[in-house]
Amino acid sequence: MPLANTIRTIRLAFKSLLLHKLRSGLTMLGIVFGVFSVIAMLAIGEGASAQAQQQVLALGATNIIVVTVKPPPDTQQNSSSGGGRRGFSVPQYGLLRSDYDLLTSTLPSISGAVRMREILSEARYLQRTINARLVGSTTEYSDMNHLQLLRGRFLSDQDERDMANVCVLGAETASTLFPLEDPLGQIIQVRTHRYTVIGIMRSRTASAAIGGSMSGQDFNKDIYIPLSTFRVRVGDITFTRLSGTFSAEQVELSQITLKVRDMKDVVATSEVVKESLKRTHGSKSDFDVIVPLELLRQADQIRQIFNIVLGSIAAISLVVGGIGIMNIMLATVTERTREIGIRRALGARQRDIIHQFLTETIVLAGSGGLIGILLGLSTPLAFGGLKGIVNNFVLNQGNGTSQMGKMFTEMEPKIAWWSLPIAFGISVGIGIIFGIYPARSAARMDPIEALRHE
Amino acid sequence: MYAARLIDLTKFYYLGDNVVRALRGVSADFPEGDFVAIMGSSGSGKSTLLNLLGALDRPTTGQYILSGYDVGKLDDDDLSEIRNRLIGFIFQSYNLIPQYTVLENIQVPLHYRSDRRTIGSEEMNRCLDLASRVGLSDRLDHRPFQLSGGQQQRVAIARALVNDPEIILADEPTGNLDSATEKEIMDLLTALNREGRTIIMVTHETSVARRARHQIVMKDGLIHSEGMLLTEGEK
Repeated sequence: MPLANTIRTIRLAFKSLLLHKLRSGLTMLGIVFGVFSVIAMLAIGEGASAQAQQQVLALGATNIIVVTVKPPPDTQQNSSSGGGRRGFSVPQYGLLRSDYDLLTSTLPSISGAVRMREILSEARYLQRTINARLVGSTTEYSDMNHLQLLRGRFLSDQDERDMANVCVLGAETASTLFPLEDPLGQIIQVRTHRYTVIGIMRSRTASAAIGGSMSGQDFNKDIYIPLSTFRVRVGDITFTRLSGTFSAEQVELSQITLKVRDMKDVVATSEVVKESLKRTHGSKSDFDVIVPLELLRQADQIRQIFNIVLGSIAAISLVVGGIGIMNIMLATVTERTREIGIRRALGARQRDIIHQFLTETIVLAGSGGLIGILLGLSTPLAFGGLKGIVNNFVLNQGNGTSQMGKMFTEMEPKIAWWSLPIAFGISVGIGIIFGIYPARSAARMDPIEALRHE
Repeated sequence: MYAARLIDLTKFYYLGDNVVRALRGVSADFPEGDFVAIMGSSGSGKSTLLNLLGALDRPTTGQYILSGYDVGKLDDDDLSEIRNRLIGFIFQSYNLIPQYTVLENIQVPLHYRSDRRTIGSEEMNRCLDLASRVGLSDRLDHRPFQLSGGQQQRVAIARALVNDPEIILADEPTGNLDSATEKEIMDLLTALNREGRTIIMVTHETSVARRARHQIVMKDGLIHSEGMLLTEGEK
């Protein structure tokens, strides 16, 4: 059948459908919502996974991160070996400097390693303060964590050797302490010590939550000082006063990040790391090994499960829409029995009648699909509005935001472009599947009976 | 030269154990340019005969030769082609397609031609000529419900002529019309016949049947009598 005839058939199908605008519109609605939900759900799924992937990638796909974990209280009691004074014992746990030496000297597959010790501490410049994360580390830290320098310089090996009293500020720390002044060369105070600012980092999105902690790593509130400086100024033992009680703990290193040379060795290396640390730490579960690559795989799996579940829900609504179309087309065929009889008398073959009604169903489903796609494309917009509502009424204006809430508000739905042709194809396919039966029943009518039909 | 020949046609319907013998052996010849009225009371078999003549159905036995084709031996698709190419239908209730305009209704048979050609300018002109022939040039964009019964029947006549058929089959063409409009339609059919068109018309009204060249009266599935009714004036 030449193209011009097909176009004519489609045009006439539109004409027949426009004859019953309300009916056609309502029938289409099922497909509209089906396609819309396919696109919207895939967009939300893609958005969530993109967010997760971004966070995991921020940790470094070839990295293995070993972190200190505070062990549960009972084991902590048994294993308290730190220097107690006057009957007061300081529990010691976590990664040791010797762990770092062990790992870097025994693992051939790693290309780099960085150790780090952190505490939360108030930083001060004049009257301005910020609750910052004080990080003691070496010059490799910025590369390992994909941090970018905005101005000045990062910590150097010389700083480490000199135990220099210098610091590099995270973006938020810098803007809070120095809203007006140039921070470079200024001196800030952390606890009782003073550090000269030598560099400022670029702002950076938070990475995925690691270990048991629910909060993602936010590098913007950091203050970096040389690890050697940290050791002499802050020391291994930290004291906490909490409403009369007084506690202390001794930690040598908070985190060791290992960079693996080859992506395929990451998992195997992480197993070795776990085993060798288990040997030195014994039964103390005071560390955790995090493999971002594993997290990435998990995130990918979750995304696939998500897509399948959401896709199935959307598919059900498409099938429901298809049944609605079939129902209406059957009614239409009965209603237009006379027309079918006339066409048969004037020379239409059975397949012409099939062609006509099938085209009508496809046009109906296809238009529904197109409208659904347009609606689907507005998902990011609609989602923005939804976010506003959630922020205002569910999450209480952003106060006390939970991790889930944060995940929701920070997520941007991402239209999966491949889903558009697929959604359209499915809607046309539904038109064909659910249109064939009514079209065939139309074509099989006896022309004489059909002509006599009132 | 015959436009259509019926040779001992029978048509039986089987309803459970009962056999309805709607046609019991009908033979007739319709020469080209003929204008015949088939008459008969209901149940006489005239509707069945019309369905066979219209290639909407196949006879049980016997032959129906239309323009050289033995219609009884054709399959469903071929019957469609025969109807499209050789037969022009005019119905009692006009049977226009309600969502189409006058012009589109006239064009419908063109779309079902066996080669599925698209409508060219030549065919378009033909449709416009036919519309003016039946006096509807100024109503081309009207839909059937906007037309009177007589106008609708004229659209149907134009539609019946668009593929230049071998015979025109008219089934009670004036059954739904008042006498003034009836005369208009019959004048139109008579004029067509004078141009050489073969017209077979079913009617039970003597006044309409009289306009034909001759009449066939059906009774109990057989041709009861054949001949010419005298016009009122000739009586």
